[in-house]
Order: sequence, then structure tokens, then C-alpha cells
Amino acid sequence: MLKRSLKWTALALSLTLPLAAHAHKMWLLPSATNVSGVDPWVTVDAAVSNDLFYPEHVPVALDQLVITAPDGQAAKAENTLTGKYRSVFDLHLTQPGTYKLAIVSQGVFANYELNGEKKRWRGEAVNLGKEIPAGAKNVEVSEANNRVETFVSNGKPNDVALKPSGKGLELVPVTQFTDLVAGEAATFQLLLDGQPAAGLKITAIPGSTRYRNAPEEIDSSTDKSGKFSLTWPHAGMYWINASTQDGKTEFKQARQRRLSYTATLEVLPQ
Amino acid sequence: MRRPKFSSLLFSMPALWLAAPAAAADLNVTVQIPQLNVAEYHRPYTAVWIEREDHSVAAQLAVWYAQKQSKEGAGTKWLPDLRQWWRRGGRDLALPVDAVSGATRPAGPQQLKFQSGKAPLNNLPAGKYELVVEAAREVGGREVVRVPFVWPATSAQSLAAQGQSELGAVKLELAP
Repeated sequence: MLKRSLKWTALALSLTLPLAAHAHKMWLLPSATNVSGVDPWVTVDAAVSNDLFYPEHVPVALDQLVITAPDGQAAKAENTLTGKYRSVFDLHLTQPGTYKLAIVSQGVFANYELNGEKKRWRGEAVNLGKEIPAGAKNVEVSEANNRVETFVSNGKPNDVALKPSGKGLELVPVTQFTDLVAGEAATFQLLLDGQPAAGLKITAIPGSTRYRNAPEEIDSSTDKSGKFSLTWPHAGMYWINASTQDGKTEFKQARQRRLSYTATLEVLPQ
Repeated sequence: MRRPKFSSLLFSMPALWLAAPAAAADLNVTVQIPQLNVAEYHRPYTAVWIEREDHSVAAQLAVWYAQKQSKEGAGTKWLPDLRQWWRRGGRDLALPVDAVSGATRPAGPQQLKFQSGKAPLNNLPAGKYELVVEAAREVGGREVVRVPFVWPATSAQSLAAQGQSELGAVKLELAP
């Protein structure tokens, strides 16, 4: 039951899209983004919180974790743990190159009225028909597609794991994700279903929010090729997010599709 | 006549002929590793390289890191701590690199001598460069010192820059 409720937490987040910058944020936080040596490992926290990057709300369900190794094959998380406020896992980087770590969630939401009472439902699209009572009125269905990522390079970065799936909002590098330096501009490209996502707002927030009063949010927006640039004011871990909505639903009963993309990126000092 | 004989000799040794005009060009580096009064001291990981104006690496001159085999490997785990070096080209190297990689050095002046025409300088094209020295120390700090120079030198030159924490003086002596 715990796992099930966590799974839907990720999707519920996307329903708060208009308030994205103030709402709970989901994130993956790797212990390092550049590793080397004969037997490199990283450990990663996964949580949903208001403050970055402090686990203080709910953990992320790791059954939605997808790790892609530098050769494009799936890699396995080890030593997984889900606690009160965060999930934790280790990644053994057995290959040289860049790993993509992603929490990918998709689901369907419905609001309806039953005997004059407002009800909400969330679950798998296939269960919609049987789990919403026959007498329900004013059924409004929407679907959500969320992707929360981070990246770790063992030695020289490569981009095999970074190939987009073509589904939902995704980020591809122009500047390498694991090669970011304070004061230098980085350029990335945002895709929607594999095509350039033009005119979307990008929000970047540096971590350690607990130790300052202002959010220090940096905004950018995508150009017609889906590209945008960010210049990092200082070193640290950054949470970057974009969201949108459209009517291109996969499930025919859904009227609206809500999409969100989040990445945690590390910026090193000069 | 002598002339044809001379030129045939040149063409029989093209590599030597190419190197000849710069054969005397020397590039000598002295890196002062400071004596630090700290409770836990480890010799710094140190990298020395030459950067072009676009920050690409023209020559890797030295990288010193822990060579002792341990469970984590021969010290290569911590090489990304030499952050600038790592992203500028360190991560592209298959270590160890002959005559470039070596053990960490103790406090004191560490001398490196290079000659044009020989690895790792080889035939460094004429242009503006920076000598870069980066040091990162376990449970300590990190520092980068840069010395701009023009190659080849038209006259003997002695250039220097001063480190503040993890490096002392970095001297660069050029001879045409």
C-alpha cells in the first residue's frame, strides 16, 4: 500500500503544474556526477520536498527508477532502501561513459461526481473503466507524464544513454550534462515527444535553499529549436524544471495531458 | 657540387629536418609544492599542462597521483578532483601515460624540463599559450595557477606566477 501511494505521489505533483516552482519538488541527488578509478560507485537520494535538497516530505518509489548505462542497456540499482523521507540506492558504474538515472511515471487521473459527492481517482489507464462506478457523472479524465533525471559520467562522457525515447518532455545535451562550470553558459535542448519544445519556461533553482532567504531562481525559455541557455551563478547542485500541457493524450478518454521534466545537475567551481 | 648532396641528406631525415629549427627551444617548469603545517598532510595530486587560447590542451606535461595499489585502485579514483585538468582532457587519457604520469611529489621545488621536437611538447605550433598547474590535496584545498606565454620565445624568458594556498611559485623558463 505504501508503494502504491508513493507511486501516485509523483503523478499528483504534475497536477500542481501552474505552481511548479512553489510546489513540492521531486529530485534525484547523486553523491557525485564525475567519477573515475577502477571500481567507481555513487549513492543517490530520491525524494519529494519543498526545500532543495532536503528530504522532508515523502520518498520516491524506486519501482519507477530506470537507469541507462553508457552502452544504452539497462543498469540495476543496488542496496535500495525506502525510508520515511527518502529512498536511497547505489549505482555501480561498471562502464566508462555517461549513465542516465530517471524516475519515469505515467498515469491517469479522473474527477467525477457520485450521488452528488465529488470524487477523485488515480491509477492505471486500463483500470479506469472498472474502477470508476457506473453511476459516476461529470467524469473528467486527464493523464500525466513525468520524468525526473540525473546524470553521472565515469571518465569521458558519452551520449548513448541520453538518446531521447520520443515520449513526453525530455532533455538532450548541447553542453554535456556532467561538464558544467560556474560562470559558464550551458545550452540544452528540450524535446516534446521527440520534437523541439518551443517557447517553454525553464526554471533553475540552486540547492541549499535552507541557508538563504531568497529562492535565487533563474529563468530561461526555449527558442524555436527547443534550445535554452543557463549561466550558473555559482557552483552547486541545481534543480531544473519545465512543464507543459496539451491535448495529445494517449488514452482516448483523457482530455488533457500534463507533462513535466526535471533534472538535477551539478555545477563545479572554476 | 655540395648542394645536391646536402639536400639529399635532409630529405633522408625529414623528421630531423623539421625539428632542427626548434631543436634548441627549451621549456622548463618549476612547481613549488608548499610546506604546510597541517594535522593531516597528504601530498597533492598535481597536473601540469599547456592550454591553447580556446582552453583546449596543447600538451599534457605531468600528472602526479597516488600510485600505490589499494582496494580503490591506484589513486585514479580521485583524479576528477583536479577539476580543470579532468574536464580539459584528463578524463580522455588512458593512464598511466609514459613520461607524463607519476607519483605525488613532496614539498619543495619540483623541476620539469621539456624540449621542442620531443614528447610531450613535440612540434608545438607558434602561438599564445598558458602553462596551467592545478593541485588538489586530500582533506585540503585546490588551486590553479596560470602562466601565459608566447611560443616560441624569441629570447630567453623567465616567467612566473604565485600560488596562494596549495601551490607556491610556478616558474616558467623559455629558451629559444
